[in-house]
Amino acid sequence: MAITREQVLHVAKLAHLDLTVEEVDRFREQLSAILDAVSKVSELDLADVPPTSHPLELVNVWRDDEPSPSLPLDDVFANAPERDGDFFRVPPTGEVREP
Amino acid sequence: MSRAPIDTLRLTAEEALGLLERKEVSARELWDAYRAAIDARDEELHCFLTHVDEPNGEGVPIALKDVIGTKGIETTAGSKILKGFVPVYDSTVARRCKDAGLATLGKTNTDEFAMGSSTENSAFGPSRNPWDPSRVPGGSGGGSAAAVAGGLAPWALGSDTGGSIKQPAALCGIVGLRPTYGTVSRYGIVAFASSLDQVGPTTKTVRDCALLYRIIAGRDPNDSTTADVPAVELPEREDLKGVRVGVPRQMVEAEGIEPGVRDAFERTLELARELGAEVGECELPLSVEYGLPCYYLVAPAEASSNLSRYDGVRYGLRAPDAGYHEMVMRTRDEGFGDEPKRRIMLGTYALSAGYYEAYYGQAQKVRTVIRREHADAFERFDVLVSPTSPTVAFELGAKTQDPLAMYANDLLTIPSCMAGLPGLNVPCGLSEGLPVGLQLIGPQFAENTLFAVGHALERAIGFDYVPKRLR
Repeated sequence: MAITREQVLHVAKLAHLDLTVEEVDRFREQLSAILDAVSKVSELDLADVPPTSHPLELVNVWRDDEPSPSLPLDDVFANAPERDGDFFRVPPTGEVREP
Repeated sequence: MSRAPIDTLRLTAEEALGLLERKEVSARELWDAYRAAIDARDEELHCFLTHVDEPNGEGVPIALKDVIGTKGIETTAGSKILKGFVPVYDSTVARRCKDAGLATLGKTNTDEFAMGSSTENSAFGPSRNPWDPSRVPGGSGGGSAAAVAGGLAPWALGSDTGGSIKQPAALCGIVGLRPTYGTVSRYGIVAFASSLDQVGPTTKTVRDCALLYRIIAGRDPNDSTTADVPAVELPEREDLKGVRVGVPRQMVEAEGIEPGVRDAFERTLELARELGAEVGECELPLSVEYGLPCYYLVAPAEASSNLSRYDGVRYGLRAPDAGYHEMVMRTRDEGFGDEPKRRIMLGTYALSAGYYEAYYGQAQKVRTVIRREHADAFERFDVLVSPTSPTVAFELGAKTQDPLAMYANDLLTIPSCMAGLPGLNVPCGLSEGLPVGLQLIGPQFAENTLFAVGHALERAIGFDYVPKRLR
Protein backbone atom coordinates (compact mmCIF):
# COMPACT_ATOMS: atom_id res chain seq x y z
CA MET A 1 0.00 0.00 0.00
CA ALA A 2 1.78 3.08 -1.28
CA ILE A 3 1.32 6.24 0.72
CA THR A 4 1.74 9.64 -0.85
CA ARG A 5 4.15 12.42 -0.06
CA GLU A 6 1.20 14.49 1.18
CA GLN A 7 0.19 11.73 3.61
CA VAL A 8 3.75 11.56 4.95
CA LEU A 9 3.76 15.32 5.47
CA HIS A 10 0.34 15.20 7.12
CA VAL A 11 1.38 12.44 9.55
CA ALA A 12 4.68 14.23 10.27
CA LYS A 13 2.71 17.32 11.17
CA LEU A 14 0.43 15.34 13.50
CA ALA A 15 3.52 13.78 15.10
CA HIS A 16 5.31 17.13 15.45
CA LEU A 17 8.23 16.09 13.29
CA ASP A 18 9.90 18.64 11.07
CA LEU A 19 11.21 16.17 8.46
CA THR A 20 13.83 17.10 5.89
CA VAL A 21 13.04 16.63 2.17
CA GLU A 22 15.34 13.61 2.11
CA GLU A 23 13.54 12.07 5.11
CA VAL A 24 10.13 12.57 3.55
CA ASP A 25 11.17 10.61 0.46
CA ARG A 26 12.89 7.84 2.39
CA PHE A 27 10.07 7.41 4.92
CA ARG A 28 7.46 7.41 2.16
CA GLU A 29 9.16 4.39 0.62
CA GLN A 30 9.84 2.56 3.92
CA LEU A 31 6.43 3.26 5.45
CA SER A 32 4.70 2.02 2.30
CA ALA A 33 6.57 -1.29 2.58
CA ILE A 34 5.86 -1.60 6.32
CA LEU A 35 2.17 -0.74 5.88
CA ASP A 36 1.98 -3.42 3.18
CA ALA A 37 3.30 -5.96 5.65
CA VAL A 38 1.16 -4.94 8.64
CA SER A 39 -2.04 -4.61 6.57
CA LYS A 40 -2.05 -8.40 6.70
CA VAL A 41 -4.12 -8.12 9.91
CA SER A 42 -7.09 -7.01 7.80
CA GLU A 43 -7.30 -10.47 6.17
CA LEU A 44 -8.97 -11.83 9.30
CA ASP A 45 -12.68 -11.48 9.94
CA LEU A 46 -12.76 -10.56 13.63
CA ALA A 47 -16.10 -8.78 13.87
CA ASP A 48 -17.12 -10.82 16.94
CA VAL A 49 -13.74 -10.76 18.72
CA PRO A 50 -13.30 -8.28 21.56
CA PRO A 51 -10.08 -6.21 21.51
CA THR A 52 -7.28 -6.76 24.04
CA SER A 53 -6.02 -3.48 25.42
CA HIS A 54 -4.22 -5.00 28.38
CA PRO A 55 -2.72 -8.48 28.83
CA LEU A 56 -3.80 -8.92 32.47
CA GLU A 57 -7.40 -8.81 33.53
CA LEU A 58 -6.95 -6.26 36.29
CA VAL A 59 -9.87 -4.04 37.23
CA ASN A 60 -10.05 -1.06 39.52
CA VAL A 61 -6.58 -1.10 40.98
CA TRP A 62 -6.57 1.35 43.85
CA ARG A 63 -4.01 2.41 46.37
CA ASP A 64 -4.52 4.13 49.67
CA ASP A 65 -5.10 7.84 49.31
CA GLU A 66 -2.21 8.87 51.52
CA PRO A 67 -0.57 12.22 50.91
CA SER A 68 3.17 12.02 50.37
CA PRO A 69 5.71 14.67 49.44
CA SER A 70 6.11 15.58 45.77
CA LEU A 71 9.47 16.21 44.15
CA PRO A 72 11.11 19.43 45.36
CA LEU A 73 10.86 22.17 42.70
CA ASP A 74 14.61 22.30 42.21
CA ASP A 75 14.51 18.60 41.29
CA VAL A 76 11.62 19.17 38.91
CA PHE A 77 13.61 21.85 37.10
CA ALA A 78 16.95 20.02 37.31
CA ASN A 79 16.81 18.94 33.65
CA ALA A 80 14.88 21.92 32.28
CA PRO A 81 16.32 23.50 29.12
CA GLU A 82 15.25 26.91 30.45
CA ARG A 83 13.83 27.85 33.84
CA ASP A 84 12.24 31.17 34.74
CA GLY A 85 11.45 31.23 38.44
CA ASP A 86 8.93 28.46 39.03
CA PHE A 87 8.12 28.13 35.32
CA PHE A 88 9.51 26.28 32.31
CA ARG A 89 10.34 29.00 29.84
CA VAL A 90 9.55 28.34 26.16
CA PRO A 91 9.72 30.46 23.01
CA PRO A 92 6.57 32.51 22.24
CA THR A 93 3.58 30.38 21.27
CA GLY A 94 1.81 32.99 19.13
CA GLU A 95 3.02 35.25 16.40
CA VAL A 96 5.77 37.58 17.45
CA ARG A 97 4.73 41.15 16.59
CA GLU A 98 7.29 43.84 16.02
CA PRO A 99 6.59 46.78 18.37
CA MET B 1 46.73 -15.46 52.00
CA SER B 2 46.76 -15.85 48.26
CA ARG B 3 43.83 -16.90 46.16
CA ALA B 4 43.03 -17.33 42.50
CA PRO B 5 42.05 -14.07 40.78
CA ILE B 6 38.34 -13.55 40.19
CA ASP B 7 37.46 -14.89 36.73
CA THR B 8 34.60 -12.60 35.72
CA LEU B 9 33.98 -14.60 32.53
CA ARG B 10 33.26 -17.76 34.47
CA LEU B 11 31.91 -16.57 37.84
CA THR B 12 28.13 -16.75 38.24
CA ALA B 13 26.26 -14.19 40.35
CA GLU B 14 25.27 -16.99 42.72
CA GLU B 15 28.95 -17.89 43.18
CA ALA B 16 29.80 -14.23 43.67
CA LEU B 17 27.12 -13.99 46.38
CA GLY B 18 28.68 -17.04 48.06
CA LEU B 19 32.18 -15.53 47.96
CA LEU B 20 30.86 -12.37 49.61
CA GLU B 21 28.86 -14.25 52.23
CA ARG B 22 31.83 -16.41 53.19
CA LYS B 23 33.99 -13.27 53.17
CA GLU B 24 36.37 -14.91 50.71
CA VAL B 25 36.38 -11.71 48.68
CA SER B 26 35.33 -8.21 49.62
CA ALA B 27 32.71 -6.22 47.75
CA ARG B 28 35.49 -3.88 46.69
CA GLU B 29 37.58 -6.73 45.21
CA LEU B 30 34.55 -7.95 43.28
CA TRP B 31 33.80 -4.44 41.99
CA ASP B 32 37.42 -3.93 40.99
CA ALA B 33 37.48 -7.23 39.10
CA TYR B 34 34.49 -6.19 36.96
CA ARG B 35 35.88 -2.70 36.51
CA ALA B 36 39.14 -4.25 35.28
CA ALA B 37 37.17 -6.43 32.82
CA ILE B 38 35.34 -3.32 31.60
CA ASP B 39 38.65 -1.48 31.17
CA ALA B 40 40.05 -4.44 29.25
CA ARG B 41 37.14 -5.20 26.93
CA ASP B 42 34.54 -2.44 26.77
CA GLU B 43 36.45 -0.37 24.27
CA GLU B 44 35.98 -3.21 21.79
CA LEU B 45 32.50 -4.40 22.84
CA HIS B 46 30.89 -1.04 23.73
CA CYS B 47 28.45 -2.59 26.17
CA PHE B 48 28.17 0.54 28.31
CA LEU B 49 26.98 4.06 27.61
CA THR B 50 27.89 5.23 31.12
CA HIS B 51 30.44 3.79 33.55
CA VAL B 52 30.04 4.36 37.27
CA ASP B 53 33.28 5.04 39.15
CA GLU B 54 32.33 4.26 42.73
CA PRO B 55 30.10 1.42 43.96
CA ASN B 56 26.73 2.39 45.46
CA GLY B 57 26.29 -0.94 47.25
CA GLU B 58 28.14 -3.61 49.20
CA GLY B 59 26.80 -6.57 47.24
CA VAL B 60 27.28 -8.14 43.80
CA PRO B 61 27.59 -5.53 41.05
CA ILE B 62 24.98 -5.22 38.29
CA ALA B 63 24.63 -3.49 34.92
CA LEU B 64 21.38 -1.72 34.05
CA LYS B 65 20.01 -1.10 30.58
CA ASP B 66 19.94 2.60 29.83
CA VAL B 67 16.13 2.77 29.70
CA ILE B 68 16.11 2.18 33.47
CA GLY B 69 15.94 5.46 35.37
CA THR B 70 18.80 5.82 37.88
CA LYS B 71 18.97 8.76 40.26
CA GLY B 72 22.10 10.78 39.65
CA ILE B 73 23.28 8.58 36.75
CA GLU B 74 22.70 9.74 33.18
CA THR B 75 19.86 7.84 31.48
CA THR B 76 19.55 8.30 27.72
CA ALA B 77 17.61 5.30 26.35
CA GLY B 78 20.23 5.32 23.59
CA SER B 79 18.81 8.58 22.24
CA LYS B 80 20.32 11.96 21.47
CA ILE B 81 17.10 13.56 22.68
CA LEU B 82 17.91 12.43 26.25
CA LYS B 83 21.66 13.02 26.15
CA GLY B 84 22.69 14.57 29.46
CA PHE B 85 19.40 13.67 31.18
CA VAL B 86 20.08 12.78 34.81
CA PRO B 87 17.02 11.36 36.62
CA VAL B 88 16.12 12.95 39.96
CA TYR B 89 14.57 9.76 41.28
CA ASP B 90 15.19 6.01 40.99
CA SER B 91 12.98 3.65 39.03
CA THR B 92 11.45 1.00 41.28
CA VAL B 93 13.72 -1.72 39.85
CA ALA B 94 16.84 0.42 40.39
CA ARG B 95 15.64 1.08 43.95
CA ARG B 96 15.05 -2.64 44.56
CA CYS B 97 18.53 -3.47 43.26
CA LYS B 98 20.03 -0.84 45.59
CA ASP B 99 18.02 -2.17 48.53
CA ALA B 100 19.44 -5.63 47.81
CA GLY B 101 22.95 -4.12 47.89
CA LEU B 102 23.64 -4.52 44.16
CA ALA B 103 26.17 -1.92 43.04
CA THR B 104 25.50 -0.26 39.67
CA LEU B 105 28.47 -0.80 37.33
CA GLY B 106 26.96 1.37 34.65
CA LYS B 107 24.23 1.82 32.06
CA THR B 108 24.19 -0.49 29.08
CA ASN B 109 23.73 0.27 25.43
CA THR B 110 20.38 -0.17 23.73
CA ASP B 111 18.73 0.52 20.42
CA GLU B 112 17.22 4.00 20.67
CA PHE B 113 14.15 3.80 22.94
CA ALA B 114 14.61 0.00 22.86
CA MET B 115 13.50 -0.06 19.22
CA GLY B 116 15.59 -2.59 17.37
CA SER B 117 17.14 -6.04 17.32
CA SER B 118 20.87 -5.33 17.06
CA THR B 119 21.80 -2.13 19.04
CA GLU B 120 22.65 -0.58 15.67
CA ASN B 121 19.85 1.94 16.26
CA SER B 122 21.66 3.34 19.31
CA ALA B 123 22.48 7.00 18.80
CA PHE B 124 25.84 6.26 20.43
CA GLY B 125 27.02 3.42 18.19
CA PRO B 126 26.44 -0.34 18.31
CA SER B 127 27.62 -2.90 20.85
CA ARG B 128 29.47 -5.97 19.62
CA ASN B 129 29.02 -9.66 20.24
CA PRO B 130 31.65 -11.12 22.60
CA TRP B 131 31.65 -14.36 20.56
CA ASP B 132 32.58 -12.46 17.39
CA PRO B 133 32.95 -8.68 17.50
CA SER B 134 32.15 -8.36 13.79
CA ARG B 135 28.61 -9.46 14.70
CA VAL B 136 25.74 -7.82 16.58
CA PRO B 137 24.84 -8.87 20.13
CA GLY B 138 21.12 -8.66 19.30
CA GLY B 139 18.81 -6.00 20.60
CA SER B 140 17.51 -3.91 21.93
CA GLY B 141 19.22 -5.06 25.14
CA GLY B 142 22.45 -5.99 23.36
CA GLY B 143 24.58 -3.99 25.79
CA SER B 144 23.32 -5.92 28.82
CA ALA B 145 23.64 -9.30 27.07
CA ALA B 146 27.13 -8.58 25.75
CA ALA B 147 28.22 -7.30 29.18
CA VAL B 148 27.15 -10.53 30.90
CA ALA B 149 28.49 -12.84 28.15
CA GLY B 150 31.76 -10.91 27.98
CA GLY B 151 32.34 -11.03 31.75
CA LEU B 152 31.87 -7.26 32.18
CA ALA B 153 29.00 -7.73 34.64
CA PRO B 154 27.85 -10.75 36.66
CA TRP B 155 24.27 -10.04 35.69
CA ALA B 156 22.20 -7.24 34.20
CA LEU B 157 18.70 -5.95 33.72
CA GLY B 158 17.12 -5.49 30.33
CA SER B 159 13.68 -4.55 29.09
CA ASP B 160 11.58 -6.45 26.60
CA THR B 161 8.75 -5.23 24.39
CA GLY B 162 8.87 -7.79 21.57
CA GLY B 163 12.04 -9.76 22.28
CA SER B 164 14.63 -7.28 23.57
CA ILE B 165 15.74 -9.53 26.45
CA LYS B 166 15.25 -12.98 24.94
CA GLN B 167 16.80 -12.37 21.50
CA PRO B 168 20.07 -10.74 22.67
CA ALA B 169 20.42 -13.47 25.32
CA ALA B 170 20.07 -16.04 22.52
CA LEU B 171 22.64 -14.31 20.30
CA CYS B 172 25.15 -13.94 23.16
CA GLY B 173 24.73 -17.44 24.64
CA ILE B 174 23.28 -16.50 28.01
CA VAL B 175 20.01 -16.70 29.92
CA GLY B 176 17.33 -14.02 29.64
CA LEU B 177 13.84 -13.79 31.13
CA ARG B 178 10.99 -11.68 29.87
CA PRO B 179 8.65 -11.96 32.88
CA THR B 180 4.86 -12.08 32.80
CA TYR B 181 3.42 -8.65 32.06
CA GLY B 182 2.71 -6.93 35.37
CA THR B 183 5.21 -8.80 37.55
CA VAL B 184 7.94 -6.15 37.45
CA SER B 185 7.30 -2.46 37.99
CA ARG B 186 7.70 -0.08 35.06
CA TYR B 187 7.82 3.00 37.31
CA GLY B 188 10.79 5.10 36.24
CA ILE B 189 11.45 3.13 33.04
CA VAL B 190 11.61 5.03 29.76
CA ALA B 191 8.36 3.94 28.11
CA PHE B 192 8.19 2.44 24.61
CA ALA B 193 4.91 0.47 24.33
CA SER B 194 3.19 0.40 27.69
CA SER B 195 0.95 -2.64 27.19
CA LEU B 196 4.03 -4.71 26.28
CA ASP B 197 7.11 -3.32 28.09
CA GLN B 198 8.58 -5.54 30.82
CA VAL B 199 11.89 -5.37 32.70
CA GLY B 200 13.74 -8.64 33.27
CA PRO B 201 17.08 -10.31 34.11
CA THR B 202 19.96 -11.20 31.81
CA THR B 203 22.26 -13.74 33.48
CA LYS B 204 24.73 -16.58 32.97
CA THR B 205 22.57 -19.30 34.53
CA VAL B 206 18.90 -20.02 35.16
CA ARG B 207 19.47 -19.97 38.93
CA ASP B 208 21.04 -16.51 38.67
CA CYS B 209 17.99 -15.49 36.67
CA ALA B 210 15.63 -16.70 39.41
CA LEU B 211 17.70 -14.92 42.08
CA LEU B 212 17.56 -11.60 40.24
CA TYR B 213 13.90 -11.99 39.32
CA ARG B 214 13.18 -12.54 43.02
CA ILE B 215 14.79 -9.15 43.75
CA ILE B 216 12.91 -7.14 41.14
CA ALA B 217 9.46 -8.77 40.97
CA GLY B 218 6.42 -7.74 42.98
CA ARG B 219 3.59 -5.30 43.25
CA ASP B 220 4.45 -1.61 43.24
CA PRO B 221 2.04 1.10 44.41
CA ASN B 222 3.66 3.38 41.82
CA ASP B 223 2.69 1.12 38.90
CA SER B 224 -0.97 0.12 38.94
CA THR B 225 -0.38 -2.46 36.19
CA THR B 226 1.65 -4.61 38.59
CA ALA B 227 0.17 -7.71 40.22
CA ASP B 228 0.97 -9.94 43.18
CA VAL B 229 3.68 -12.41 42.23
CA PRO B 230 3.99 -16.04 43.46
CA ALA B 231 7.06 -16.68 45.65
CA VAL B 232 10.09 -17.37 43.46
CA GLU B 233 11.56 -20.86 43.83
CA LEU B 234 15.22 -21.49 43.08
CA PRO B 235 15.27 -24.45 40.68
CA GLU B 236 16.86 -27.67 41.94
CA ARG B 237 15.31 -30.45 39.85
CA GLU B 238 17.49 -32.28 37.36
CA ASP B 239 14.83 -34.26 35.52
CA LEU B 240 11.70 -33.38 33.57
CA LYS B 241 9.54 -36.37 34.57
CA GLY B 242 5.90 -35.65 33.92
CA VAL B 243 6.55 -32.23 32.33
CA ARG B 244 4.46 -31.74 29.21
CA VAL B 245 6.47 -29.86 26.57
CA GLY B 246 4.59 -28.49 23.56
CA VAL B 247 6.27 -27.76 20.24
CA PRO B 248 4.25 -25.24 18.20
CA ARG B 249 4.44 -26.66 14.68
CA GLN B 250 4.21 -23.28 12.95
CA MET B 251 7.14 -21.98 14.97
CA VAL B 252 9.57 -24.74 14.15
CA GLU B 253 8.44 -24.85 10.52
CA ALA B 254 8.69 -21.06 10.14
CA GLU B 255 10.53 -19.74 7.12
CA GLY B 256 14.00 -18.40 7.72
CA ILE B 257 15.12 -20.70 10.55
CA GLU B 258 18.74 -21.57 9.84
CA PRO B 259 19.56 -25.31 9.58
CA GLY B 260 22.14 -25.06 12.39
CA VAL B 261 19.57 -23.43 14.67
CA ARG B 262 17.08 -26.16 13.85
CA ASP B 263 19.66 -28.90 14.58
CA ALA B 264 20.51 -27.47 18.00
CA PHE B 265 16.80 -27.17 18.79
CA GLU B 266 16.08 -30.78 17.73
CA ARG B 267 18.98 -32.06 19.85
CA THR B 268 17.53 -30.19 22.83
CA LEU B 269 14.11 -31.80 22.30
CA GLU B 270 15.85 -35.18 22.35
CA LEU B 271 17.51 -34.28 25.67
CA ALA B 272 14.15 -33.18 27.07
CA ARG B 273 12.72 -36.61 26.19
CA GLU B 274 15.71 -38.33 27.82
CA LEU B 275 15.06 -36.31 31.00
CA GLY B 276 11.53 -37.68 31.06
CA ALA B 277 9.51 -34.91 29.44
CA GLU B 278 6.44 -35.74 27.39
CA VAL B 279 7.07 -33.88 24.15
CA GLY B 280 4.14 -33.27 21.81
CA GLU B 281 3.13 -31.04 18.93
CA CYS B 282 0.71 -28.13 19.18
CA GLU B 283 -0.68 -25.44 16.91
CA LEU B 284 -0.32 -21.66 16.98
CA PRO B 285 -1.20 -20.87 13.36
CA LEU B 286 -2.63 -17.35 13.69
CA SER B 287 -0.16 -16.28 16.39
CA VAL B 288 2.78 -17.04 14.14
CA GLU B 289 1.25 -15.71 10.93
CA TYR B 290 -0.24 -12.52 12.37
CA GLY B 291 1.93 -11.88 15.45
CA LEU B 292 4.54 -9.75 13.70
CA PRO B 293 2.09 -7.48 11.81
CA CYS B 294 -0.01 -7.18 14.97
CA TYR B 295 3.04 -6.14 16.98
CA TYR B 296 4.16 -3.59 14.39
CA LEU B 297 0.81 -1.85 14.71
CA VAL B 298 0.31 -2.00 18.48
CA ALA B 299 3.86 -1.15 19.54
CA PRO B 300 4.36 1.86 17.20
CA ALA B 301 0.89 3.19 18.08
CA GLU B 302 1.73 3.15 21.77
CA ALA B 303 5.22 4.49 21.06
CA SER B 304 3.83 7.44 19.11
CA SER B 305 1.84 8.37 22.19
CA ASN B 306 4.65 7.72 24.72
CA LEU B 307 7.24 9.62 22.72
CA SER B 308 5.07 12.71 22.40
CA ARG B 309 6.48 13.80 25.79
CA TYR B 310 9.83 14.67 24.19
CA ASP B 311 9.01 18.23 23.26
CA GLY B 312 12.01 20.22 24.46
CA VAL B 313 10.03 21.86 27.28
CA ARG B 314 10.77 20.09 30.57
CA TYR B 315 13.89 18.00 29.95
CA GLY B 316 16.08 16.65 27.19
CA LEU B 317 17.24 18.32 24.03
CA ARG B 318 15.84 21.70 22.97
CA ALA B 319 16.62 22.95 19.49
CA PRO B 320 16.90 26.75 19.31
CA ASP B 321 14.03 28.41 17.50
CA ALA B 322 12.11 31.67 17.60
CA GLY B 323 8.65 30.12 18.01
CA TYR B 324 7.25 27.39 20.26
CA HIS B 325 5.81 25.06 17.63
CA GLU B 326 8.88 25.33 15.44
CA MET B 327 11.04 24.60 18.49
CA VAL B 328 9.08 21.42 19.30
CA MET B 329 9.15 20.12 15.73
CA ARG B 330 12.83 20.90 15.23
CA THR B 331 13.77 19.38 18.61
CA ARG B 332 12.06 16.12 17.68
CA ASP B 333 13.55 16.00 14.21
CA GLU B 334 17.06 16.62 15.55
CA GLY B 335 16.72 14.47 18.67
CA PHE B 336 15.13 11.28 17.33
CA GLY B 337 16.98 8.86 15.06
CA ASP B 338 15.46 7.09 12.08
CA GLU B 339 13.86 4.14 13.89
CA PRO B 340 11.86 6.14 16.47
CA LYS B 341 10.78 8.48 13.68
CA ARG B 342 9.61 5.56 11.53
CA ARG B 343 7.68 4.08 14.43
CA ILE B 344 6.19 7.40 15.52
CA MET B 345 5.03 7.99 11.94
CA LEU B 346 3.66 4.46 11.59
CA GLY B 347 1.91 4.66 14.94
CA THR B 348 0.46 8.09 14.30
CA TYR B 349 -0.85 6.85 10.95
CA ALA B 350 -2.36 3.70 12.53
CA LEU B 351 -4.15 5.83 15.14
CA SER B 352 -5.29 8.63 12.83
CA ALA B 353 -8.89 9.32 11.90
CA GLY B 354 -10.17 6.93 9.25
CA TYR B 355 -7.46 4.30 9.88
CA TYR B 356 -7.90 3.57 13.59
CA GLU B 357 -10.39 0.70 13.21
CA ALA B 358 -8.64 -0.93 10.26
CA TYR B 359 -5.20 -0.87 11.86
CA TYR B 360 -4.98 -0.34 15.61
CA GLY B 361 -8.47 -1.62 16.40
CA GLN B 362 -7.98 -4.71 14.25
CA ALA B 363 -4.53 -5.37 15.77
CA GLN B 364 -6.06 -5.30 19.27
CA LYS B 365 -8.50 -7.98 18.15
CA VAL B 366 -5.71 -10.08 16.68
CA ARG B 367 -4.14 -9.84 20.11
CA THR B 368 -7.18 -11.53 21.60
CA VAL B 369 -6.86 -14.31 19.03
CA ILE B 370 -3.19 -14.79 19.97
CA ARG B 371 -4.08 -14.98 23.68
CA ARG B 372 -6.77 -17.57 22.99
CA GLU B 373 -4.48 -19.77 20.88
CA HIS B 374 -1.87 -19.79 23.63
CA ALA B 375 -4.48 -20.49 26.31
CA ASP B 376 -5.64 -23.50 24.28
CA ALA B 377 -2.07 -24.79 23.99
CA PHE B 378 -1.60 -24.49 27.76
CA GLU B 379 -4.62 -26.73 28.32
CA ARG B 380 -2.40 -29.59 27.16
CA PHE B 381 1.14 -28.42 27.90
CA ASP B 382 3.13 -26.94 30.80
CA VAL B 383 5.62 -25.13 28.56
CA LEU B 384 5.99 -24.39 24.87
CA VAL B 385 9.41 -24.45 23.22
CA SER B 386 10.91 -23.09 20.01
CA PRO B 387 14.14 -21.52 18.85
CA THR B 388 14.35 -17.96 20.24
CA SER B 389 15.88 -16.40 17.14
CA PRO B 390 15.60 -17.85 13.63
CA THR B 391 19.30 -17.07 13.09
CA VAL B 392 22.55 -16.83 15.01
CA ALA B 393 24.18 -13.40 15.46
CA PHE B 394 24.48 -11.58 12.13
CA GLU B 395 27.18 -9.23 10.86
CA LEU B 396 26.96 -5.55 11.74
CA GLY B 397 25.30 -3.67 8.89
CA ALA B 398 23.67 -6.78 7.39
CA LYS B 399 20.10 -5.59 8.00
CA THR B 400 20.32 -1.86 8.67
CA GLN B 401 19.06 -0.81 5.23
CA ASP B 402 15.90 -2.93 5.39
CA PRO B 403 13.61 -2.28 8.38
CA LEU B 404 11.39 -5.26 7.52
CA ALA B 405 14.34 -7.69 7.50
CA MET B 406 15.33 -6.36 10.93
CA TYR B 407 11.75 -6.73 12.23
CA ALA B 408 11.70 -10.40 11.14
CA ASN B 409 14.28 -11.24 13.85
CA ASP B 410 11.46 -11.11 16.36
CA LEU B 411 9.13 -13.53 14.55
CA LEU B 412 9.32 -16.19 17.28
CA THR B 413 9.62 -13.95 20.35
CA ILE B 414 6.70 -11.64 19.58
CA PRO B 415 3.58 -13.86 19.79
CA SER B 416 3.98 -14.67 23.51
CA CYS B 417 4.77 -11.01 24.27
CA MET B 418 1.46 -10.02 22.70
CA ALA B 419 -0.26 -12.45 25.09
CA GLY B 420 1.59 -11.11 28.16
CA LEU B 421 3.28 -14.48 28.73
CA PRO B 422 6.68 -15.09 30.32
CA GLY B 423 9.52 -16.33 28.13
CA LEU B 424 12.95 -17.65 29.02
CA ASN B 425 15.96 -18.00 26.75
CA VAL B 426 18.37 -20.80 27.57
CA PRO B 427 21.46 -21.35 25.38
CA CYS B 428 21.16 -24.75 23.68
CA GLY B 429 24.22 -25.17 21.50
CA LEU B 430 26.32 -23.68 18.76
CA SER B 431 25.81 -23.23 15.04
CA GLU B 432 28.81 -22.12 12.99
CA GLY B 433 30.57 -21.43 16.30
CA LEU B 434 27.85 -19.02 17.49
CA PRO B 435 25.26 -19.52 20.25
CA VAL B 436 21.74 -20.79 19.57
CA GLY B 437 18.93 -19.99 22.00
CA LEU B 438 16.00 -22.10 23.14
CA GLN B 439 12.81 -20.21 23.97
CA LEU B 440 10.59 -21.55 26.77
CA ILE B 441 7.12 -20.02 27.06
CA GLY B 442 4.83 -20.53 30.03
CA PRO B 443 1.36 -19.47 31.14
CA GLN B 444 1.06 -16.14 32.96
CA PHE B 445 2.86 -16.17 36.34
CA ALA B 446 4.51 -19.56 35.61
CA GLU B 447 8.07 -18.24 35.99
CA ASN B 448 8.83 -21.02 38.50
CA THR B 449 7.96 -23.64 35.87
CA LEU B 450 10.22 -21.93 33.33
CA PHE B 451 13.06 -21.83 35.85
CA ALA B 452 12.60 -25.53 36.73
CA VAL B 453 12.48 -26.71 33.12
CA GLY B 454 15.21 -24.29 32.03
CA HIS B 455 17.50 -25.38 34.83
CA ALA B 456 17.11 -29.10 34.10
CA LEU B 457 17.75 -28.54 30.40
CA GLU B 458 20.69 -26.22 31.08
CA ARG B 459 22.37 -28.94 33.12
CA ALA B 460 21.73 -31.58 30.46
CA ILE B 461 22.89 -29.33 27.61
CA GLY B 462 26.10 -28.35 29.40
CA PHE B 463 26.57 -25.21 27.30
CA ASP B 464 29.78 -23.29 28.09
CA TYR B 465 28.74 -19.65 28.29
CA VAL B 466 32.29 -18.28 28.07
CA PRO B 467 32.81 -17.11 24.46
CA LYS B 468 35.33 -19.42 22.76
CA ARG B 469 37.76 -16.70 21.76
CA LEU B 470 37.98 -15.49 25.38
CA ARG B 471 38.56 -18.89 27.05
